Amino acid sequence: MDARLQFLADTPAAPASPAADPIVRLNRFTRRFGDVTVIDGLDLAIQPGEFVALLGRSGSGKTTLLRTLAGLDSADGQDVTVPTARAVVFQDARLLPWKKVWRNVALGLKGADIRARAQHALKEVGLGHRLDAWPLTLSGGEAQRVALARALVREPQLLLLDEPFAALDALTRLRMHELVLALWRAHGCAVLMVTHDVDEAVALADRILVLDGGRIAAQERITIARGARAELTLPLKEKLLGILGGTPAHSGLPDHVIPFPHAAAGA
Amino acid sequence: MSTRILARLARSRWSSPLVLLVVWELASRSGLIPERTLAAPSAVVATLWTMLVSGELPQNLLVSFWRVGLGLSIGVAAGVVLALVAGLSRQGEAAVDPIMQIKRTIPTLALTPLFIVWFGIGETPKVALIAFASMFPVYLNLYSGIRGVDVRLLEGARSFGLSQAELIWHVILPGALPALLTGLRYSLSIAILVLVVAEQINASAGLGYLINNARDFMRTDIIVVCLMVYAVLGLGADALVRTIERRALVWRPSLIKA
Repeated sequence: MDARLQFLADTPAAPASPAADPIVRLNRFTRRFGDVTVIDGLDLAIQPGEFVALLGRSGSGKTTLLRTLAGLDSADGQDVTVPTARAVVFQDARLLPWKKVWRNVALGLKGADIRARAQHALKEVGLGHRLDAWPLTLSGGEAQRVALARALVREPQLLLLDEPFAALDALTRLRMHELVLALWRAHGCAVLMVTHDVDEAVALADRILVLDGGRIAAQERITIARGARAELTLPLKEKLLGILGGTPAHSGLPDHVIPFPHAAAGA
Repeated sequence: MSTRILARLARSRWSSPLVLLVVWELASRSGLIPERTLAAPSAVVATLWTMLVSGELPQNLLVSFWRVGLGLSIGVAAGVVLALVAGLSRQGEAAVDPIMQIKRTIPTLALTPLFIVWFGIGETPKVALIAFASMFPVYLNLYSGIRGVDVRLLEGARSFGLSQAELIWHVILPGALPALLTGLRYSLSIAILVLVVAEQINASAGLGYLINNARDFMRTDIIVVCLMVYAVLGLGADALVRTIERRALVWRPSLIKA
């Protein structure tokens, strides 16, 4: 295993720099729908400015977790700390089709210069020329860039991305990755990106969490510079794919928590 | 050359109605269709002209317009208010919707005798019938439109901290607008339909009065003129809603391309 890959399997939610206070903190967070436990005693901490990718299969609880962090589901008095300055980019851009692009970006903003602020945000994502376009005339990539502008115009401390590039073609997705990294560096916000694409997680994140059965089944920190990751992270990709695909056949429970392979990590 | 014109005429959507008109005119002139059965097109046009010049048609049309306008305004306003009450709150839904669904099963025109007993034979029962009938399409469409607003859009807007009032204004109402306009289109055509029947109630003015009078004197030319006016009213109502739609729904892709 590459020495630059620092595995943190035994220290859950290890902070990037111990000095800073995390802006997101979940302690023993549990969420149930009826008899089904979707999130089961989850601990999570995200540092300011940290880029975290949340990997997981369908039904692993990642959307539930994101909805809680976004404030779309109430936390029911549990120990959950989330900044109020947060914004979500959904997989479907969720632009209001009856509002022009800049009005979508300005949605809910208060103040005098909202058009100027929206225009600035749209210029950042390269859509300064489509201010007065109708959302239904945009391509998928353009719509997602508008959604990014709409999130960033609020100057969030926490940017939540819910599989934001899953519906885009491969080339557009790569360009969106570059854009997201550039915006993240410019704004310095913490990012939590939900995805089921291991390549995407490895290419973008400081830290990768694998969610399974409502728990963090594994977490990895990547210290390699983002440009140099393509080949160096091959073993990590294989390992993550192994965790995601590793349904324990003998247990008979498809949603059973998969034990993190300690032996492999130590080797 | 002439064959090409004939071929184009054969394909034109105007040729068959024109042929029908010519056959009708010829049949009337040759005495095949007696005037007391159906007046010739030329006679109808002449009658239309005299009725226009004498002011008989405009005056009665104005009376009918007033009835439709007033009835529609009351009906559409009531339908919109009730749909907002039922669509935007659970208590409102529980209070309003069951009654509306029960009332929907009663054909409005069957209420005519009751309305005459209640409101007499003046203007009130006519306007009330139109109002009552045109309320339902608006109510049903707007209510289901509000309930059918995409929850993902609502959730997205909510994640940006919009208040309940802002959600209604920015998301729910614009999202339900296409349904409201569909309801409005139905309401307009139903209002005209009910107008025809309501004006048979002892009217002393209006299109229905003209038709009733013409029937008594077997003036088929006047009857046909009034039928034409009803058709034009229907077309006009449709064009009105189309114009509103073009202005209010510019964001829809089919309209953007056009």
